[in-house]
Amino acid sequence: MAESTELKTGVVADPKKPAGEKDPLFGKKEKILITDPLLDNNPITIQVLGVCSALAVTSLVYPSLVMAVAVVFVTAFSSLATSLMRNIIPKAVRLIVQLVIIATLVTLVNEALKVLAFPVYKQLSVYIGLIITNCIVMGRLEAFAMANKPWRAFLDGVGNGLGYGLILVAVGVVRELFGKGSLFAGSPIAMNIIGPSGDTTQYWINTAADSGLGSFFGWYANNNLMVLPAAAMFVIAVFIWIQRSYNSKLVDVS
Amino acid sequence: MGEFLNIFIKSAFIENMVLAYFLGMCSFLAVSKTLSTATGLGMAVIFVLGITMPINWLINEYILIPAELEFLRFILFIAVIASTVQLVEMVVEKFSPGLYAALGIFLPLITVNCAILGGSLFMVSREYNLSESIAFGLGGGFGWFLAIIALAAIRERIRYSNVPPAMRGLGMAFLITGLMGIAFLSLTGIDPAVFAGWSGNVAE
Repeated sequence: MAESTELKTGVVADPKKPAGEKDPLFGKKEKILITDPLLDNNPITIQVLGVCSALAVTSLVYPSLVMAVAVVFVTAFSSLATSLMRNIIPKAVRLIVQLVIIATLVTLVNEALKVLAFPVYKQLSVYIGLIITNCIVMGRLEAFAMANKPWRAFLDGVGNGLGYGLILVAVGVVRELFGKGSLFAGSPIAMNIIGPSGDTTQYWINTAADSGLGSFFGWYANNNLMVLPAAAMFVIAVFIWIQRSYNSKLVDVS
Repeated sequence: MGEFLNIFIKSAFIENMVLAYFLGMCSFLAVSKTLSTATGLGMAVIFVLGITMPINWLINEYILIPAELEFLRFILFIAVIASTVQLVEMVVEKFSPGLYAALGIFLPLITVNCAILGGSLFMVSREYNLSESIAFGLGGGFGWFLAIIALAAIRERIRYSNVPPAMRGLGMAFLITGLMGIAFLSLTGIDPAVFAGWSGNVAE
């Protein structure tokens, strides 16, 4: 772990243990903090948090990837900051303090994106700002960072951010591949997977009627449903279906 | 007045906050299990959107832009929303206990509802003026209200249907929302100016 050296100061040995015996910096408990939100406790499909600002950006993979990175950054560092301040924040105003921490980080991300990747920044428009009200961030601060030590809070933030990003990118891949026939459009590694090759664009699987596999793939057409915002709901519903079919403990009994 | 109605109808039906932009999805999915609570939350959203939108417009126009502090927009907007919600809660509790009991716990929840902050950010990026932003706030809130009571009503009915176990609850809520989104898409072609009795180009 690259971060572990930077954050060594955040780890304090358990006072109940004899002196000299420290908790491992990245032991089993810490690993669970990262892996649990990826599947069994996924923020989107299980906890239903952070669906708001996510779905409208997933029609292409590249903006979803940028959004995922931004959210990982914000969840991780807001958890860290809140956890460092958890003993001095008065209970009555904690929501506003948390909101200010989050808003500051989101402003940083916003300004950084404006400089580094302006086209994506334009595509994401208001949704970067809406990370502030992304329920995952607030939810993790309330549920975890306010009661845990900085290093663990940081890992929890990273884990939940990654769990969110995983779904975001997965939805983006499905929607872009079936909706537009490309992947990572707009990024330096843009790939054209399937579609009719013309003068300007070449596809890996050429579906133009007169060449190569064309006669075989002549029936192929992009699924325009996938470009609509509503498609994100269907894709996530299918993810939920698959996940809960495998793990019946997650089924909603109410 | 024509433009006011135009933007109201456009933001309520054609560019519905939930179904076209997915704003306020968390509480939309979480609080739509029963019709009565959904109605309470929907009313609270109309209320808060209608109030915070003009306040944020004034702050943006008369403080942030003249002082060239646009990068502070997120922090100021969310602070305005959080304090307005708190204020509204106190005022409503004092003067209208009936409404307070009806809105109940939903008022504080609204601070983190993306529809509220999203509305203010859309208002900035679309360069609305004061009356347009009031119309956008009320219309957006009304659209959100309509969408959540529709979803709650459908979910109340679907509870008695034979749904595959893995799809119960959340899965169906996602599917229904997607279908509602497609249904609302059929409104896109409508020119809101027809309703408003105002002819001219539809404001972007």
